[in-house]
Amino acid sequence: MKWVLSGIRTGIHTTAYPSAEERAAGVTPGLPVGTALGAEAAVLAGRCPTHALEERNGVVTVDYRRCVHCYRCRPALAWRSDYEWAGSGAGRGELSGPFLRSTHILVVDAGDCGACLNEVKQLNNPYYNMHRLGFFITPAPRHADVLLVVGPVTDHMRVPLKKIYDAMPTPKRVVAVGACALSGGVFAESFVCGKGASTLLPVDVEVPGNPPPPLAILHGLLVAVGRKPPATLASGSAG
Amino acid sequence: MNGAQLKEHIERTWPGQASCRLDAEARVNEVTCEPGALAALCGDLFHERGLAFGGLVVEEGREDWQLRYVFYGARDSGWVHVRVTAPLAQSVFPSIAAQAKVFAADWHEREAEDLFGVHFEGHPRLGDFVLHDDVWQEDVQPMRRGFDAATAMNNRLPDADWRPRRVVHESGAFMMPVGPKFSGVTESVHFQLETVGEDVIRSWTRLFYKWRAVEKLAEGKPLEDALLLAERFAATTAFAHGLAFCQAIESIAGASVPARAQTLRVFLAELERLRQHAGAIQEICESTALVVATSQAGLLEEELLRVSGALAGHRYLFGLLAPGGLAADLPGDACRKALAQAAGAVARLDELEGELAISSSFLDRIEEVGVIFPRTAVAYSLVGPVARASNLARDLRRMQPYSRYDAFAFDVPVEEEGDGYARLRVLFAEARQSLRIMQQAAADLEAGEVRAAVTPRPGAALGWAEAPRGATLHWVRLDDAGRVARYRIVTPSFTNWHSFHLAAEKFAFQDFPIILSTFDLSAAENDR
Repeated sequence: MKWVLSGIRTGIHTTAYPSAEERAAGVTPGLPVGTALGAEAAVLAGRCPTHALEERNGVVTVDYRRCVHCYRCRPALAWRSDYEWAGSGAGRGELSGPFLRSTHILVVDAGDCGACLNEVKQLNNPYYNMHRLGFFITPAPRHADVLLVVGPVTDHMRVPLKKIYDAMPTPKRVVAVGACALSGGVFAESFVCGKGASTLLPVDVEVPGNPPPPLAILHGLLVAVGRKPPATLASGSAG
Repeated sequence: MNGAQLKEHIERTWPGQASCRLDAEARVNEVTCEPGALAALCGDLFHERGLAFGGLVVEEGREDWQLRYVFYGARDSGWVHVRVTAPLAQSVFPSIAAQAKVFAADWHEREAEDLFGVHFEGHPRLGDFVLHDDVWQEDVQPMRRGFDAATAMNNRLPDADWRPRRVVHESGAFMMPVGPKFSGVTESVHFQLETVGEDVIRSWTRLFYKWRAVEKLAEGKPLEDALLLAERFAATTAFAHGLAFCQAIESIAGASVPARAQTLRVFLAELERLRQHAGAIQEICESTALVVATSQAGLLEEELLRVSGALAGHRYLFGLLAPGGLAADLPGDACRKALAQAAGAVARLDELEGELAISSSFLDRIEEVGVIFPRTAVAYSLVGPVARASNLARDLRRMQPYSRYDAFAFDVPVEEEGDGYARLRVLFAEARQSLRIMQQAAADLEAGEVRAAVTPRPGAALGWAEAPRGATLHWVRLDDAGRVARYRIVTPSFTNWHSFHLAAEKFAFQDFPIILSTFDLSAAENDR
């Protein structure tokens, strides 16, 4: 009874997203926006430790799958402070869903630093409460519709990851979360780490960020089941 | 015993076999020791002088091996680095874990054997540690010089015949394998729990599924790129690891960090501790399936993540540190706002603690489970809240103060029972102390620069910090070009995980997730 009252007293804190934008401070680390910089562009691109910035004819473009939020390109590049970052995987396009109602998600840690996993964990706290959108975490591959992968895929996790994917029934979707799962991040490429999940699995949805904030991961899940269109961050110089 | 007395004691006891060089200012005794005296000397420091074993640093020189056993004690005894060398061809050293019963060195020796191919005489169980035997060939020694770390080796297939080692062979005994993928949102770790019925008789953890070879990747990298790795290998405690790395660089370069940057570093490190402790408390509530308390703690963790994000730009404080200070200044107003929010969070943590303390169904599950006895905490040189819940008051902020911790008043909370509930109470008490330090830091912010110039020069030094999970040591050696030549990271999860099996044994299966959560271990931090 004490706990019931304590819960009621706390009130409702849940975000209005996806029906309305979330504007609270500190919900996103932001991402750089590509722009025309002229002569400075090549120097700036050279400063990026993960080669996320590319220079062509004085214009800097950003490969969001590689950005690890080192902030070295600030303030030369403006940073966007949104979070709807999830794009579709190579050759996937918009995903219209076989998944109509509740969706069960299997989260696999393939060498994550703990941050992406912690942000996924936040989706279960009252601020994000993914259950209200029909998303549930499951530990069983046989019950899972969506495989959510974090981490650059270390050698020791390659086989478990593949086994888990194979054990999931079809239709299934793969959501790769975080710069490491998309490109290997600061760990790629080495004798023990690959360049992310797409070298092993068909990735349907890519969520950039190091780590992506909970709202970006939520957006990725909505994209995976066809309830939101994918973002097209990486295409143009204006972002 | 202070540093000078230690020096005299060592030189008197092992004349001709050990010589000390005392750096009084840095509080470091560097002991050069013959391999023959190593076990006895380390045993003396550990058992008789009561020093904690910090870690083992193996370095491969051009012609010889250099092994550095790091011990630390209270403030006046300082650090003791016991150094032995041997030609590369002679890669056998005495095992101090086996020969001198310094059990805390056990995993360090196993790791060194696996990655460097150095052998430790007398160690009963070498191999199959970092490099899993079912996946890696026997002759790979990835930390050796000349090993090609850039090329992928994705051509090994796991050995289909590999089977876990079983120890319990009673009739009716069975083993429950758990992981690497288990439960909801968990890190990849494998546990083997052996039982004849209800209770776990033997538990064994297989780690390093997430080994990213961060120490190897850092080699040859310029400082700012190595710092990216330091922040990102275990990002829930990114700031503490980044701080330890920067302090190592600053001590090599002889740079002094401006006062404002020092104060801000303390402020941010305590904000990180507060946030991480709220997360750990949330996990403990979740493991006992206490839904409302889980939500309450979850709210606080997310709020503190937002506070960090609003203050520093990044929710896990990436990109803020730089060798010599901070990459950017933080305005005093923003700090005070963050402080007010942190104070609100701590007040609600206090409320939560009060509610938990009178929830009998919760206490039934967490009291007297997962007990770590004080003698175990000493034998394994445990660190952080786990050690402090077992009556071992070790805290680097107090023992070997760094940054500006000297200038601020705080307590080191200690409990005696060593059970799950004691560890939870330590987390709550430390959250209050973190706020107390943040208040003093915010009140003491003087205007000024936040970054001093750092010119890297060849040399080596140890940087350390009391991370939220306990002591972390970062040994950095820079080469002539100012690039990283060797980076060794000892993390609190690595240290504490060594003793975890003892807490899990003799308890029932259903206690296992609770015991695990009260340890607040991070596989990312352990595996590196």
